[in-house]
Amino acid sequence: MSAAEEVVAEGHQAVEAVPKRAMTLGTGTSLLVLAVLLVVPVFVKNFIIFQMTMLLIYGLAVLALNILTGGSGQFSLGQSAFYAVGAYTSAVLMEYFNVNYALTIPVSAAVCFGFGYLFGKPALRLSGVYLALATFALATAMPQLLKLNFLEHWTGGVQGLVVTKPDAPFGLPMSQDMWLYYFTLIVTVAIYVFSVNLLRSRSGRAFMAIRDNEIAASSMGVNVALYKTLAFGVSAGITGVAGSLGAIAVQFVAPDSYTITLAISLFLGMVVGGVGWLPGSFVGAAFIIFVPNMAESISKGLSGAVFGVLLFLVIYLVPHGARQIAILGQQFAGKLRRN
Amino acid sequence: MPAMHVRLGAFSAALVLTATLSTTAFAQKKYDTGASDTEIKIGNIMPYSGPASAYGVIGKTEEAYFRKVNAEGGINGRKINFVSYDDGYSPPKTVEQARKLVESDEVLLIFNSLGTPPNTAIQKYLNQKKVPQLFVATGATKWNDPQNFPWTMGWQPNYQSETIIYAKYILKNKPDAKIAVLYQNDDYGKDYLKGFKDGLGAKAASMIVIEDSYEVSEPTIDSHIVRLKATGADVFINITTPKFAAQAIKKNAELGWKPLHFLNNVSANIGSVIKPAGFEAAQDIISSAYFKDPTDPQWKNDAAMKAWNDFLDKYYPEANRADGAVMYGFIVSQGLVQVLKACGDNLSRENVMKQAASLRDFEPVGLLPGVKVNTSASDFAPISQLQLQRLKGETWELFGDVISSDAGG
Repeated sequence: MSAAEEVVAEGHQAVEAVPKRAMTLGTGTSLLVLAVLLVVPVFVKNFIIFQMTMLLIYGLAVLALNILTGGSGQFSLGQSAFYAVGAYTSAVLMEYFNVNYALTIPVSAAVCFGFGYLFGKPALRLSGVYLALATFALATAMPQLLKLNFLEHWTGGVQGLVVTKPDAPFGLPMSQDMWLYYFTLIVTVAIYVFSVNLLRSRSGRAFMAIRDNEIAASSMGVNVALYKTLAFGVSAGITGVAGSLGAIAVQFVAPDSYTITLAISLFLGMVVGGVGWLPGSFVGAAFIIFVPNMAESISKGLSGAVFGVLLFLVIYLVPHGARQIAILGQQFAGKLRRN
Repeated sequence: MPAMHVRLGAFSAALVLTATLSTTAFAQKKYDTGASDTEIKIGNIMPYSGPASAYGVIGKTEEAYFRKVNAEGGINGRKINFVSYDDGYSPPKTVEQARKLVESDEVLLIFNSLGTPPNTAIQKYLNQKKVPQLFVATGATKWNDPQNFPWTMGWQPNYQSETIIYAKYILKNKPDAKIAVLYQNDDYGKDYLKGFKDGLGAKAASMIVIEDSYEVSEPTIDSHIVRLKATGADVFINITTPKFAAQAIKKNAELGWKPLHFLNNVSANIGSVIKPAGFEAAQDIISSAYFKDPTDPQWKNDAAMKAWNDFLDKYYPEANRADGAVMYGFIVSQGLVQVLKACGDNLSRENVMKQAASLRDFEPVGLLPGVKVNTSASDFAPISQLQLQRLKGETWELFGDVISSDAGG
C-alpha cells in the first residue's frame, strides 16, 4: 500500500463513529435550553444580546460542518466560502433589490445548497486530507473572487456593503437587537430540528454508513456519490443561512470578513464542541467567540499564544470536546441517582 | 442535564467577563458616558493579531503616550483610561469590539480604530449611537463626509489627495509621459489609483499605458515589474506596501529600468524600504510625506526627534525606532490630547466633535515644518498637506512647497 493510499484509508477512521442517538440531547434538556435562550435576552444588555445572536449564528455554521464531518465523514476547510456566499446573497438582495431580510434567507439557503452540491461533485474523487485541501483552496479563493472587478458593482469590491438592520415587525416593543436575536433563534431552532431529523432519517443513516465504511455502504445499496454531494449541499445551505444572518446582525459584508481564519475557527468550533454531537456545535461556537476575548484580557501581546494554550488544554484534557464532558456529566448524574 | 450545564457555563462565563469589564460612569451635567471628574475613558480597536498585526504598534504607542499624559497629571486633572481591543482586522470582530466598548465599557469615544474595512463596519453603528469615531487610522477618502457621517473623522492625508499631487506634478513636468501603475488589489490600492486618474483627468486614458495589480498574498512581485518595463513606460507609479515596495525598487535596478519613480507615502520609509532595497537603487525616487521619517538622518538633531526619543526611552523602550507607525501613533495621540484639552469641563460627545472640528493650525510634534492640522464643520480631514521629497544619498530631500489637497468623501 502506498503512503497516499494509507492516508486515504486512515481518513475513514479519522472521524469516530458516533451512534445517532448520541448525536442529540434528550427532549427535556432541549426544551430547558430553549426556555433559557428565550428568557435571558429580556434581562441583559443589548451588547450581550448581540453576542448571543452571534453565538447562534456561528453555532449554525458549526452545526453545518458537523453534519458534513460528523455525519458523512467528509472534511471541509472551505465553510467560510459558503458563509460568504450566503452573506453576500442576503446583502445584495437587501441593498439592491429591497428584498425583505427574512425572504433573503431561503434564497441564500438555495444558492448555497446549489453551490455546495456542485462543489461536492468534483470533490467526490477526493477524500481525507485531499478533500480538506480542495476545500481549503475554495476558502482562500473566495475573498479574492469577491474583489473581482466585474463583480464589484454588486459586491462593493473591497469596500464591502453596508446592510440595514431590520426593525421589529408589527410594532413589537423590542429593540432591533432583541428582535434579530429572536428571529435568529427561530431560524436556528428550525434548522436544528431539521438537522436532527435529517440524521435520524434514511438519508442520515446513509451519511453515517458512508462515514463508517464507504465500500460497505455502497454494497448495501447506498448511492455513495449522491449522498456525499447531498451532504455537501445541505452543509453549504445551512452555512449560507448562517452567513445571511451574520450579515444582517453585523450590518456589513466585506471580503476581509470571510477569510480562511473564519473557516478554521468553524473547524475549531466543531472539534471543541465534539465531532458528530450536534448540541456541541453551540458550545464550540461559544468557544470561538469568547475564548479569544478571554485570551486577550489575560495578555494583549500574547493573546494568540494564550488562546493556543487554552486550545491545547481542551484538546489534551477532553479530546472529544464538549461531548465528552456531557457524557461524563451524565455518568456522574447516573451514579448519584443510583446512590 | 449535563449539556445544560455546559451551555449555561458558557453564558455565565460571558456574563462574568463583560460584567467585570464594565464600570459605571456617573453622568453629570457636562459629562457624557465615559467621562467623569477623574477619568476619561477612550476606546480603541487595533489589529494586534492577524494579517495587519504590524500596525498593532500604533495602539501600543498610543497606550504608552497616554501613560505619559497621565504621569504628567492628565488632561485638565482627568486621567485617560485607554481601553484597546484586538479585532484581528476582521470586520465582524470589529463590530463586536466596538459594541463592547460602547455598550459594556461605556467609553466616551472610539479613537484611531485601524483599517478601512473594520472602520466601515462600525461607522453606521457609531453614527446611530452618536459616539465619536475620532481620527480613524486609514487613509481612505470617505471619512471626510461630515454631512452624512457627522460622528466620524479621518486623520492622515487621504490616499486620493496624495496621488492627485503626483498627477499634477507629472502633468506639469512631464506632460508626454507614458505611465505604468502598479497597485495592491485592495481598498488602499484602488483608492490611490482613483486619485491618480482623477488627477490626470481626461488625459488618464492616453497617458497610462499599463495598470497592473498584485495580491498581498503573492510572495514576490518581480514578474509584475518585468511586465511593466516591457511596455516602455517612463514613469512608474508605485502603489505598494513596504515589503513589496522594497522588492520593486530592487527589481527595477536589476532590470536597469530607470523611469521617473513615484513611491507612495505608505512606503516612504528609509528604514523599512529604502535601506533594504539599497540606497543606490533608490536614488531620485519621488515620494511625499507629512511627518518626519525617524530613520532619516537629517532629523537626527531635531527637537521633535529629541522629544520622541525621550518619550520612547521613558514609556516605550522596546519600540522599534525605525518604524514609521510608532511616529504615527505618537502624533495622532497628541491630536486627541489637544481635542480633549479644548473640551475643558464639557466632556459631552457633541462637544468632542465640535472641538475636533475646530482645530486651527495645530502643529503636533513630529509633523514636517509647515504641515498643520486644520478642521472645520465642513472639513473632517485634519491633515491634508503633503510635501514632495526626493531621495538623495541616504535621506529624503524635501522640495517644492507644502501642498494642500482636499479630496472629499
